[in-house]
Amino acid sequence: MFPRLIPCLDMAAGRVVKGVSFEGLRDVGDPVELASYYSQGGADEVVLLDVAATPDGRSTLLDVVGRVADALTIPFTVGGGVRSVRDAAALIESGADRVSINTAALAQPSLITDIAERFGSQAVVVAIDAGDGVVHTHGGRQATEISTLEWARQASDAGAGEILLTSIRQDGRRTGYDLELTRAVRAAVDIPVIASGGAGSAAHIAEALRVTEAALVASIVHENPGGLVALREAIESEGIVLRPWRES
Amino acid sequence: MSIVIVDYGAGNTRSVRAALSRLGRESVVSADPDVIRDASHVVLPGVGSAKAAMSHLQATGADDAIRARYLSERPVLGICLGLQLALGRSEEDGGVDGLGIITGVVRLLDDERRPRLGWARVEPYGEAFYFAHSYYADTPRATDFALGVTAIAERRSFLGVQFHPEKSGEAGLEFLESWCSRV
Repeated sequence: MFPRLIPCLDMAAGRVVKGVSFEGLRDVGDPVELASYYSQGGADEVVLLDVAATPDGRSTLLDVVGRVADALTIPFTVGGGVRSVRDAAALIESGADRVSINTAALAQPSLITDIAERFGSQAVVVAIDAGDGVVHTHGGRQATEISTLEWARQASDAGAGEILLTSIRQDGRRTGYDLELTRAVRAAVDIPVIASGGAGSAAHIAEALRVTEAALVASIVHENPGGLVALREAIESEGIVLRPWRES
Repeated sequence: MSIVIVDYGAGNTRSVRAALSRLGRESVVSADPDVIRDASHVVLPGVGSAKAAMSHLQATGADDAIRARYLSERPVLGICLGLQLALGRSEEDGGVDGLGIITGVVRLLDDERRPRLGWARVEPYGEAFYFAHSYYADTPRATDFALGVTAIAERRSFLGVQFHPEKSGEAGLEFLESWCSRV
């Protein structure tokens, strides 16, 4: 498999937002437009996370997911507020390839198994917001007593197809991924791991892709969506071979 | 021409429809055996478990309709699980009988890490496509491979692909277009 470069769009109320360490959200654009840019610009996948995830925002989210599905020719994952198999099914029926679950899986690990049994384990991404060795909830604001490694192992055993591992410390800081954390989680599980939080340069991404199979990027591409093509080239000049891709 | 995407409850049919529509080709989603039998082209998409998919196909009679198409040499494209369902048997879910269109057995990938997620080059075809699977089609009908396992298998009018052409950018759209041009 070629290593994957995955732009992530944090969304609230149908718009793309960005904050630092999960705080101070600001509007950075339209999800369908940005996701299409990335699809055409050589992204390997896209992740959409509904960071607000309010119950009444659900129909807005499904509408966005449907429009993204119609616009994209690459796979995408949707997360935020998935609390039941029914929530997952609604997203997949709207066109999402995979769903990402976080807090609800912690409260009820069997949810991972239930979604995997219906849609296959490749459809279930378990998002872990990690800091100081433990899992955090509520968008990274609240620490639990659950060990990050223990939870990653448990999620993998329950049928997760991938771990989306965000370092709370590094998120939005642009000083590089938490490679130590990524290595440790990857060693604890036998499913792929997406490194997330901290990409500030092509060199950071290349470092992460030497440790694991996929890297999530946000701020570094949102400020210059057209720069994804150049970013791919810069990552390749660091010695990482990305998939062959032609501009459409 | 009329393209029918087989609905079996778990498949992500919307993306296949969207990709075909991008090519200017209309399609309908249906589980009705008569609609499946009469279409010029049929896509059997793939997400979900083999057992659930087979029982859904059997419950609607879509399984017989797909076999009938195959016998009358009319194009069927199986995508991912859609390829795996065409084989005689799957080791998934403790063992499931497939449609029996293609000789072979569906087996668990012998990888250090599963599922396989991401892009891999298909040889000798020559392009990279998107894969997302834990099982693979072990079949003598394989024509193309990705990282050692079947990527494309073909027998008469049935073409099966382990990758997702509807999710594989320009290369995927070209692949779909060439299949749509088959008669």
